[in-house]
Amino acid sequence: MAVQKRESAIFDRPQALEPVRMHYCPGCTHGIVHRLVAEVMDELGLTERAVGIAPVGCAVFAYNYFTCDMIEAAHGRAPAVATGVKRVRPDLFTFTYQGDGDLASIGIAETIHAAARAENISIVFINNAVYGMTGGQMAPTTLPGMVTSTTPFGRDAKVAGNPIRVCELLAALDGPAYLARVAVTSPSRVREAKQAIQKAFQAQLEELGFSLVEVLSTCPTRWGMRPQDALDWLEENMVPYYPLREFVVPEGLRVGR
Amino acid sequence: MTSIPRGTRILMRGNEAVAQAAIDAGCRAFFGYPITPQNQVPDYFARHMPEVGGVFLQAESEVAAINMVYGAAAAGTRVMTASSSPGISLKQEGISYLAQSELPCVVLNIMRGGSGLGNIAPAQADYFQSVKGGGHGDYRTLVLAPWSVQELYNLTREAFDIADRYRNPVLILGDALLGQMMEPITIPEEVVDPARLPRKTWATDGAKDRPRNIINSLYIEEPQLEKVNLRIDARYEEAARKEVRVAEEHLEGARLAVVAYGTAARVAVTAIEEARSGGMRVGLLRPIALYPFPSDEIASLADRVDAILVAELSLGQLVEDVRLVVAGRCPVHLLGRSGGVVITPADMVEALRGLAGEDRG
Repeated sequence: MAVQKRESAIFDRPQALEPVRMHYCPGCTHGIVHRLVAEVMDELGLTERAVGIAPVGCAVFAYNYFTCDMIEAAHGRAPAVATGVKRVRPDLFTFTYQGDGDLASIGIAETIHAAARAENISIVFINNAVYGMTGGQMAPTTLPGMVTSTTPFGRDAKVAGNPIRVCELLAALDGPAYLARVAVTSPSRVREAKQAIQKAFQAQLEELGFSLVEVLSTCPTRWGMRPQDALDWLEENMVPYYPLREFVVPEGLRVGR
Repeated sequence: MTSIPRGTRILMRGNEAVAQAAIDAGCRAFFGYPITPQNQVPDYFARHMPEVGGVFLQAESEVAAINMVYGAAAAGTRVMTASSSPGISLKQEGISYLAQSELPCVVLNIMRGGSGLGNIAPAQADYFQSVKGGGHGDYRTLVLAPWSVQELYNLTREAFDIADRYRNPVLILGDALLGQMMEPITIPEEVVDPARLPRKTWATDGAKDRPRNIINSLYIEEPQLEKVNLRIDARYEEAARKEVRVAEEHLEGARLAVVAYGTAARVAVTAIEEARSGGMRVGLLRPIALYPFPSDEIASLADRVDAILVAELSLGQLVEDVRLVVAGRCPVHLLGRSGGVVITPADMVEALRGLAGEDRG
């Protein structure tokens, strides 16, 4: 008598991710965050009505990785592009995926005003404290003392200014429905990060307004570290400066922790 | 349908006629930022877009506004923005992205005196910026240059069809005088129902029952980018065959011709009437489309007249394109004023008399 083996997949590529090889450097956490976004899109059944907006920066090719409709925006303008989509098609689910230079430097005006308008869009914000794509220059979130190619002696606040805490800045506004800062440095942190993305997307589905998840991320290449060292460095240096928590949570959001 | 009276002559301001024309053309989204002398455009949309269930949004900047246009155009909606010279400079990056991503939209520039902050008086000093591309890269905007409130209405309506046909931004080029003045116009009964427009199969509006669409201007492989650029360029060549528009007045038997567009052409008509009443044989060629440029029309004009006078509210921009196509067939002279100073009919008659005298001598 033949024994029938039943096999079921317990881990697979999310439907919302294209089966292509990503361009990200080894150890970079963009891949984890892409996966989390895709998993949440799958779970909420969003792919067929989602429009994603890719930034300029390391995630510039994000339009190649998600299976939903995608738009590539000019540097920093993704929230304005998402606004244009969402205002004419409120039935679509619209998210942007942006890095720190894109969102917090050149695009800070678009970010603040989309938040202030309570624009019903979701933003996944990758904060790795550096401009990765252009060669490791100072970002608006580069920590004091941190060495980059444009702060070769360490970021001196007297010369190069102070870092911007985006969630705290946006939390001062009335517009945001959901704001959270998470990290992807460990399995438990990754689970929390996914929950935050779920809540952000759910907030949009419930038409509660602007939602943003800041994800502290590593850039081993530009930080000049091995991947594990980069994760440790992030925990030791970035988490104290950029506390992990929820800043704004809407009442009655249908996702529990 | 908006509450405006139709099929009868009404008095309307140029800026408002543009906004009404856009709504009648099925435009259902406007994103803008205040700047004089175009402020009646956003004001009008704010008041009347709700009547048709359209979107009006005052953006935080011209930069944001054009990128909202980019998003709305990507989602397949007929969309426009409006501004004036300094604001249009700010939009140029976005216009470049729209052109490279093959997205249709309409942009209104109610030009003011420049450069820099300049002033709020009528000028045509954004000619180069309008017809040579404007932003970075190998693209053009298709440019229409109305000269009356009725033409502002008519050309704005057409602009949306042209934008969709060529999947490219179309620029309506007016100035402070055209935008601010009131003239009688007739608004037609029939309007475009956006729901009945052909579906834009390329739009990013949800990948349901079709492969995903990507709106993008990034092509990292050089041959791929050149291929896209050649595809876009082929549309410009098609436009050059199909979209040239000129109007002519009194050119039959003329010895002298004025070439002028928009407000400068209105001044020219007055000046030409006066010059003709004094026995001078002079006519007007008015480009209505500035890009594509009426090259053949102007070249053939140069074969028929003794000299051409280019009249423009700028210091020698249109005249360069005219000289390029005239290519020495006849002398081409410039009458240009700048900084918001409008050429008077007397200035132009004097210039024409000078040319006629030259001709006799």
